[in-house]
Amino acid sequence: MTTADLNVALPFIIVAAWACILLVIDLFIPADRKGLTALLAVAGMGFASIPVLLRFEESNRAFNGMIVQDGFSSFLQLLLLGVGVISVALAYDYLQRRKIVKGEYYTLLLFSVSGMVLMAQAGDLIIVFLALELLSVPLYVLSGFAAKSNPESEEAAMKYFLLGAFASGFIVYGIALVYGATGTTEIEAIHNVLISGVSNLGLLTVGAVLILVGLGFKVAVVPFHMWTPDVYDGAPSSVTALMSVGAKAGGFAALLRLFLAGFPEIAANLAPILVGVAALTLIWGNIAAIAQQNIKRMMAYSSISHAGYIFMMLPAIVDSDIAPDAISAALFYLFVYAVSNLGAWGVILALERADGGGLSIDDYAGLGERNPGLALAMALFMLSLIGVPPTAGFIGKFFLFRVVLDANMIGLALVGVITSLISAYYYLRVVVVMYMRSGDPQVRSERWLNATLWLTALGTFLLGIFPGPLLNLASRTGLFGLVP
Amino acid sequence: MTIPTNYFLALSGVLFILGVLGVLIRRNSIVILMSIELMLNSANLAFIAFARAFEAHTGQVLVFFVIAVGAAEVAIGLSMIVSIYRSRGNIDIDQISQLKG
Repeated sequence: MTTADLNVALPFIIVAAWACILLVIDLFIPADRKGLTALLAVAGMGFASIPVLLRFEESNRAFNGMIVQDGFSSFLQLLLLGVGVISVALAYDYLQRRKIVKGEYYTLLLFSVSGMVLMAQAGDLIIVFLALELLSVPLYVLSGFAAKSNPESEEAAMKYFLLGAFASGFIVYGIALVYGATGTTEIEAIHNVLISGVSNLGLLTVGAVLILVGLGFKVAVVPFHMWTPDVYDGAPSSVTALMSVGAKAGGFAALLRLFLAGFPEIAANLAPILVGVAALTLIWGNIAAIAQQNIKRMMAYSSISHAGYIFMMLPAIVDSDIAPDAISAALFYLFVYAVSNLGAWGVILALERADGGGLSIDDYAGLGERNPGLALAMALFMLSLIGVPPTAGFIGKFFLFRVVLDANMIGLALVGVITSLISAYYYLRVVVVMYMRSGDPQVRSERWLNATLWLTALGTFLLGIFPGPLLNLASRTGLFGLVP
Repeated sequence: MTIPTNYFLALSGVLFILGVLGVLIRRNSIVILMSIELMLNSANLAFIAFARAFEAHTGQVLVFFVIAVGAAEVAIGLSMIVSIYRSRGNIDIDQISQLKG
């Protein structure tokens, strides 16, 4: 272990160490000034992004390959730190309104973000496991943050915990079998063993499937999605916003790296299953969302369906010619989804009332009249989540579908396009209710919330018109490090 | 005479399946938590068995990580169960189902 190793892991070290320090500092911050804790948390994440930016295009290995740094990790780390900052901004006012202001919220959030940041850099299965726990365990607690006043929050935390821990059990056992079949847990070394011939391919395949099941729970793909609507509904909305983007991006970081750098040959054998899971996720996520009356549950099914769109990239990375395109399309889509989805959650947070009401889609009636700016932003986010040009979502889906077609999975592409059309029904229903029906929605207007809404709305719009720079960045990241 | 690795693997497989079945079938949250621990420990057994077969340390070290993470999970899980018992007087997960739709 050398200082160079520590340097490579610096983004994670900064966030994790800062979370520990903040836990102590927070004790000395009076209860009515917890905004300071929020500010310090943001400062920590901002500080952690400096080493990421400085070494964006480098690729390094550290701690004997346990931690790796490449364009893929840098891109995701920047995205995840941004998601962390936005989640703090979204939470600040929401916690005051729901009367659950506690400094621990921000430290737990930092711990969770540190797990996500570590996940982007995981080069070893054991780091994948540790990072996954580090990102999940604080989220279990955060889901139950409103438990005192709201029994649903407690229930959400319990369900999330039990199913999350269940999923970890699968992942650990999968890692054990992969270790047994290859004699190593380092992702690159697994691939080397696999190329030179594994004596026990069956054991390795079972291990890979178990890891897939475990990570499938975390990113919420069908048939491992049952917890999602309940947890997203019961958890405080500001936590759900982080969960729906951060936890998913972390899970996909592991899935993509594992199946691309670790065992692409196994992924090729599993391709029919991967295609089936992607198709099922798209169909069920989009169809179940139609029936929802509660906007948080609708967004939960929407997040399942978006996991399905990104999951389409897993069978595509099998082909090494398509792999770079698939990775960059997945990264770009994760970014676009994060921006549009956080924006939509910002609007949901603005309309949620102090008693926890205001979450039914009918509560959005009259928003277009009373608060045209907010309604316009919501319409923009909904259009982006459908994938209508000229929003960012369109560009993201366009590249995903192009990769799927390049990989000759025409059936899957068809399912994707048709389910996108189905999704238009439930997203547009929100827009129709906002503009066509009259009502009296109560809207909360607060500085940080509005700033977030402006930022995400601008992002959704500008990425739709000028996707070039980000696309360029996403496609370059595939070229160094991760893709051989 | 040493015991073949396959025996350990078979035992760990049985333990793992028992753990999965326990989570799926039992309704008491604490029993579910125990079943999850059984799953983690079956993986630990497999790690140790493989480490012995390869005569390598990696597998043994991994077990410590898994034990530490398992302890952290139990700490969170038990505190949640206590909190739920206080507010509802019940830890049957079928009774904890206000959220539906």
